[in-house]
Amino acid sequence: MKFTLKIWRQKNTNTAGKFVDYQISDVNSDMSFLEMMDVLNDELVRKGEEPVVFDHDCREGICGMCSMYINGRAHGPKRATTTCQLYMRNFSDGETITIEPWRASSFPVLRDLSVDRSSFDNIIQAGGFISVNTGQAQDANSTPVNKEDADLSMDAAACIGCGACVAACKNASAMLFVSAKVSQFALLPQGQSERSERVLAMVNTMEEEGFGSCTNTGACEAECPKEISISNIARLNRDFLAASIMK
Amino acid sequence: MLDSRIPEGPLEEKWTKHKSSIKLVNPANKRKIDVLVIGTGLAGGSAAATLGELGYNVKVFCFQDSPRRAHSIAAQGGINAAKNYKNDGDSVHRLFYDTIKGGDFRAREANVHRLAEVSVDIIDQCVAQGVPFAREYGGLLDNRSFGGSQVSRTFYARGQTGQQLLLGAYSALERQVGLGNVKQYTRHEMVEIVNIDGKARGIIARNLINGKLEKFFGHAVVLATGGYGNVFFLSTNAMGSNVTASWKAYKKGAFFGNPCFTQIHPTCVPVTGSYQSKLTLMSESLRNDGRVWVPKKKEDCKKRPQDIAEEDRDYYLERKYPSFGNLAPRDIASRAAKEACDDGRGVGVSGLAVYLDFADAINRLGKSVVEARYGNLFDMYEHITNENPYEMPMRIYPAVHYTMGGTWVDYNLMTTVPGLYAIGEANFSDHGANRLGASALMQGLADGYFVLPYTIGNYLADEIFTKPISTDHPAFLEAENEVKDRYNKLISIKGKRTVDDFHKELGKVMWDYCGMARDKEGLEKARELIKQIRKEFWSDVNVPGGVDEMNPELDKAGRVADFIELGELMVVDALNRNESCGGHFRTEYQDAGEAKRNDNDYAYVAAWEFNGIDADPVLHKEELKFENIKLAVRSYK
Ligand SMILES: Cc1cc2nc3c(=O)[nH]c(=O)nc-3n(C[C@H](O)[C@H](O)[C@H](O)COP(=O)(O)OP(=O)(O)OC[C@H]3O[C@@H](n4cnc5c(N)ncnc54)[C@H](O)[C@@H]3O)c2cc1C
Ligand code: FES
Repeated sequence: MKFTLKIWRQKNTNTAGKFVDYQISDVNSDMSFLEMMDVLNDELVRKGEEPVVFDHDCREGICGMCSMYINGRAHGPKRATTTCQLYMRNFSDGETITIEPWRASSFPVLRDLSVDRSSFDNIIQAGGFISVNTGQAQDANSTPVNKEDADLSMDAAACIGCGACVAACKNASAMLFVSAKVSQFALLPQGQSERSERVLAMVNTMEEEGFGSCTNTGACEAECPKEISISNIARLNRDFLAASIMK
Repeated sequence: MLDSRIPEGPLEEKWTKHKSSIKLVNPANKRKIDVLVIGTGLAGGSAAATLGELGYNVKVFCFQDSPRRAHSIAAQGGINAAKNYKNDGDSVHRLFYDTIKGGDFRAREANVHRLAEVSVDIIDQCVAQGVPFAREYGGLLDNRSFGGSQVSRTFYARGQTGQQLLLGAYSALERQVGLGNVKQYTRHEMVEIVNIDGKARGIIARNLINGKLEKFFGHAVVLATGGYGNVFFLSTNAMGSNVTASWKAYKKGAFFGNPCFTQIHPTCVPVTGSYQSKLTLMSESLRNDGRVWVPKKKEDCKKRPQDIAEEDRDYYLERKYPSFGNLAPRDIASRAAKEACDDGRGVGVSGLAVYLDFADAINRLGKSVVEARYGNLFDMYEHITNENPYEMPMRIYPAVHYTMGGTWVDYNLMTTVPGLYAIGEANFSDHGANRLGASALMQGLADGYFVLPYTIGNYLADEIFTKPISTDHPAFLEAENEVKDRYNKLISIKGKRTVDDFHKELGKVMWDYCGMARDKEGLEKARELIKQIRKEFWSDVNVPGGVDEMNPELDKAGRVADFIELGELMVVDALNRNESCGGHFRTEYQDAGEAKRNDNDYAYVAAWEFNGIDADPVLHKEELKFENIKLAVRSYK
């Protein structure tokens, strides 16, 4: 297979970037998208050019490190799939593929396709936890958890924190990310005592970090590689309202 | 002889007694003590969080953009604990015994017993943090059985156990960051360790965003930097997993234990082409219902599996190991797959694959049950291979997965450099020559939550009068200069071959000669080849870009340079160990294909001391004493 790649190149956060076109041929349809990028980089290095910087680590769709905006979609064309799990058979021979970084002011570009997502860590620091020091826990089976709630909690906890929801949203809102964490704990008995504080603190920090507000477009859910449901956002809104009234 | 500082007394009481006799640091003094934790996986994340809770000043480092992305995130199957919630006869002793036996009697009894003891606390802690483990309809925690064990003691969270445990540790860590007890440095790679007056006192880290070198002082340094499976280039590890931190420690005096003990996991998606960048693990849980086979006749290998009659199939694990069958431990299952393929009976285009077949399970249980159990794994397989495992048997082949070897530590998890600790996969301690499924997560969290935070106090209690040392101290400056020179050298070579060229070449040598089967002749050859690779690397590598900028190729070059040196040490260790045990199979030492241990001469940990880059490393032995378990042939027949 052959492709024209239109790739965003940017030296660092403080310089302007631009698209650069590259031709790549002899691509095997069983290659993963990132392996195709490896091959491109290998060619660039051999030609004495600088390779394209992109984030990746596990290449199994679980670490949340990879983050490419491909042909106008976060993580590319395939549903419920991270960039690293895309295969070239998901594209058609001869196609032009446009590759950009996540675009959001809260995710500044570091270089080329790599962005800074530390704002997500800051949101978790504000309240994305249950306050229990090591060694303070009681026996794990002393509090049974209804299986249905446990399963819903797990659905929410499956978020990999990649930021596709932010990249997909026209407001660059982080609501899906925040609501997934809020829901994971709101659905468990262990999460109850800090439930109100948590939602207030996390939402406040989200706003401070400059993420936009949610206008229910649903783009986040559609692009989420882990299919995190926007029903979590509804749960967050209920909790947020209740906590704000109580305050 | 190395002193492992195992406490006196009966096995069951060692840890409790030791804990109560460990020196304590009072809270006011803890605030004056700096601890550097390198790594934010299960081991480092849990240790940094707990040390922060205890009141130490902690700085934590990782090379990814967030602590939550450490490679522990990728663990699928589960975590063991001797809770005996299933009432199937499990106990601390049984978990201890299984781990020692699984490790082919090459692990330290006292450490493993402690691991089994604290395993139960881990589950309590994680549940309290909100880790959504799988539950039964009654609301209690569910368990399953996992490779190489006959009881159900594995706790799991769908196929994402590592992710959920890591997110638990990460949230505990972020809470401490928010409280100001821990400062986190992401996209920072530790590239040198600084010793002063014989003690570990700090590190040099490269800021991966701007390439700047940064110096950090610590009263103690904890390495939690994971395993070194990527020395083989292809493995189930993440792309960035590396040995650099452990290797720098080795070169600064920390002995390296059993470097040749690597685990090759039997169920991975086979290699398809030279562009391949990593191998994907298919969870071991698949072997609970899948049956492994190859054709009996070579001429059948190219046929479609459906067209091969039942009587022409060789279910070789069931045949060879009737009592464990498809659940035989990893090293044994991997070697059996290799034998079948070496015998010319492998399948797939390369002939380097065996079938993992669910047809019987689907007939017996129905497709929906199989889907409920393994749906996400089947999807993942289909994603990668474009084949539907409900209709076609999966093709699998062994791949490098885990490294039992690592930095040598004593009972307190301290290395041979005072003040330098190693935890999690980075140390060598608990799995002997083969790790059982679901026990790496257990060990990482045991070390990080429940062992290191206590044992480190014993050392730090004597450090309360040590004032923070300025990072302008000559030892820091010297280390910084060494690192600078090294990076400048890498950039200035401007040779013809890429970093990956060298990494792939090294990987192939390691796989061919120091992989699933090893022999003297091959290992000696490998050693020469690796020396050659090292020479060529330092004269012909091409690293683009500059030093003072974000430059992943340069980061990779630094890691590969260390892998090359490590590769040689692994070969030296494999040559030294004239026996077969666990993952280390020397073809000269076998009984009709089964590993033949030599307990008289090799019941020891080989701890290697660096002695100069061109000199032979020095071997130190830690005798393994088995006082509670009788050494036996490890049979799964
Ligand atoms: C695909 C897969 C599946 C697995 N499944 C299971 C399972 O089901 N059950 C089980 O028990 N085990 C499993 N394992 C093994 C287990 O996941 C690992 O052994 C364990 O998670 C390692 O944890 P760790 O904390 O020691 O290291 P890691 O999680 O690898 O963390 C290493 C940390 O060190 C940092 N680091 C490394 N080098 C440097 C440096 N030079 N400078 C700064 N930071 C550095 C990294 O950024 C990272 O934060 C699996 C492993 C793999 C690969
Ligand atoms: S690289 Fe880990 S999710 Fe893509």
